[in-house]
Amino acid sequence: MVLANAVTAVTMALRGELKRDKSVVLIGEDIGLNGGVFRSTDGLFKEFGKDRVIDTPLSELGIAGAAVGMAVNGMKPVAEIQFSGFLYASFDQLVSHAGRIRGRSRGRFTCPMVIRAPAGGGIRALELHCECNEALFAHTPGLKVVYPSTPYDVKGLLAAAIRDPDPVVFLEPMRIYRAIKEEVPEEDYVIPLGKANVVREGTDMTIITWGALVKYTLEAVEKIKDKVNVEVIDLRTIYPFDVEAIIASVKKTGRAMVVHEAPRTSGFGAEIVAQINEKALDSMEAPVVRVTGYDTVLPFANLENEYIPSEKRIIAGIHKVMDY
Amino acid sequence: MVKKVLKTFEIDYLQVLDEHGKVDESLMPKVTDDDLKKLYENMILVRTFDKKAFSLQRQGRIGTYLEVRGQEASQVGSTYAMKDKDWLFPMYRSTGALIVRGQPMTRMLQYWGGDERGLISPDEFNNFPIAIPVGTQALHALGAGWASKLTGDGLVSVVYLGDGATSKEDFMSAMNFAGVYNAATVFIVENNQFAISTHRDEQTGSETIAQKAIAFGFEGIQVDGNDVLAVYKVTKDAVDKARRGDGPTLIECYTYRMGDHSTSDDAARYRDQKEVEEWAKKDPIDRMEKFMTEKGLLDDTYKDKVQADSTAAVKEAIDAYEKVEPANPEDIFTYMYAEMPTQLKEQFEEYKESKK
Repeated sequence: MVLANAVTAVTMALRGELKRDKSVVLIGEDIGLNGGVFRSTDGLFKEFGKDRVIDTPLSELGIAGAAVGMAVNGMKPVAEIQFSGFLYASFDQLVSHAGRIRGRSRGRFTCPMVIRAPAGGGIRALELHCECNEALFAHTPGLKVVYPSTPYDVKGLLAAAIRDPDPVVFLEPMRIYRAIKEEVPEEDYVIPLGKANVVREGTDMTIITWGALVKYTLEAVEKIKDKVNVEVIDLRTIYPFDVEAIIASVKKTGRAMVVHEAPRTSGFGAEIVAQINEKALDSMEAPVVRVTGYDTVLPFANLENEYIPSEKRIIAGIHKVMDY
Repeated sequence: MVKKVLKTFEIDYLQVLDEHGKVDESLMPKVTDDDLKKLYENMILVRTFDKKAFSLQRQGRIGTYLEVRGQEASQVGSTYAMKDKDWLFPMYRSTGALIVRGQPMTRMLQYWGGDERGLISPDEFNNFPIAIPVGTQALHALGAGWASKLTGDGLVSVVYLGDGATSKEDFMSAMNFAGVYNAATVFIVENNQFAISTHRDEQTGSETIAQKAIAFGFEGIQVDGNDVLAVYKVTKDAVDKARRGDGPTLIECYTYRMGDHSTSDDAARYRDQKEVEEWAKKDPIDRMEKFMTEKGLLDDTYKDKVQADSTAAVKEAIDAYEKVEPANPEDIFTYMYAEMPTQLKEQFEEYKESKK
């Protein structure tokens, strides 16, 4: 066991996979000697050399497209995009190619690649450094989307993502990169993609959330635990997502709320509400509430906390659900 | 104050076989008579298939099709230099390249007829699915060639692009990465003078496309794209160089798109028929026939036989295409992921239910 934050957990997972599988190769901007802008590849360049931990020219489109070509030719590229807002430059390659290769070649070629990016606001980053764009990728056939919330999960989910035979977008919540430290096993383990985690058991209502907001939702829920006993589900994987866990929980509690940072309209919360509607309407005692970012761009640092669901808004949402 | 010339550059142009069928023996690539015949036979096969595919579209037996007419030499000559297991990254007008690379013509008709199975590469080749967005395949080729360089698998990747694609970010990124990593990649730009209606001169301010390689730190060369011998020669050199680990090459095949952009286009709207007629005089097959006749490799009997064989092969492919079992609609779902995700599984069940 190592007391690790999420950045260290990324490094641990990458180190483990580099050791385990010779075809794994890391590519990205400044990931070599510099160890990445968040230091998540710290030390790996020295340990594995320049042919396994590779600094690339500054082109997010190039990184994504090159990863596609490497993946079809037998490698397992793990590409780092420095910030989630720069993923837009990679988007064409992910949508038009990475997600389609298996289908277009009818299984002759596959694209086992991972594209990692820090995502989400809350650390006063520059604009476009903190986008919450999971829904874009979840809406892209052929991709998988993972959004962990703790160091332990980061390590297990990243290992699973790298071993997955299909392309995975791995979003790392910047806000908890260094905000949580916990015991992380040094030995190998994976957390299967598509499985949610009930991080707090409760009986009165269910909150479904992911990424950095798991921590802040749990903190909010603690504050009102004497009044409301909330079950909290950390979705962990956005696509495919663990609908069974959601439905089992809301059938038990009869009330639900989704909390996410991304804009509300067509945000992934909408999909969860639709699933509850389709599969558990009879069990529901109140409409499902969404506490989310607004349909605005994420404000610059000074106003970002006006946008990101706050403890106050989460608690207000809980009351709205409970008081219905 | 210091003022000096830091860099000057030159771009080579190569033509071995001129439009009158004369070759410069000093420039001849190492080819046997058998190679010459194969190059010729492949060009006839490509042209025969191309004509037939065009008419199949007009008859409504396949969907949109993009003619390769005029570019037979640039595709046949270059793919002929590849090893089977090398990686081909074709685009929508790479029919000629695919034919040489063993892609069954039946499958090519399937693709243009709307069947994904047409993109399946034969096992003995690595023919990547045709790229439909312009230029994106440059990066895939770079990635594959970079991987080959890293793993030392001895393979080379060859990508086909049009002049229009050289304006795309993907092309520039791929060239840039290739230069940095010395990737085992050969970039073939078939400069056919048009991207739909946009003329080459409106695509880039560069005098040649080949010179773009200079900016990325490797060699670029322009070749007469209607000269199958020159195209073969430069591609063979480039492929050998990449295989040795000596890095990428950009080859600009200077050619002409004799047909419309696609079966939905009408080039008469934007180009002068006289220009087309001038280019017809530079036809890649005519000049090869003149040369081979002169060399005693081609007579009427052989010529008729090659044409008859090609016509028969294309007919056989069309017959097979029209008898292909319809695709299993369930393939829509089963090939999205290695393991079908929960959500898709549910939709798959719903689909099957809807068919009952």
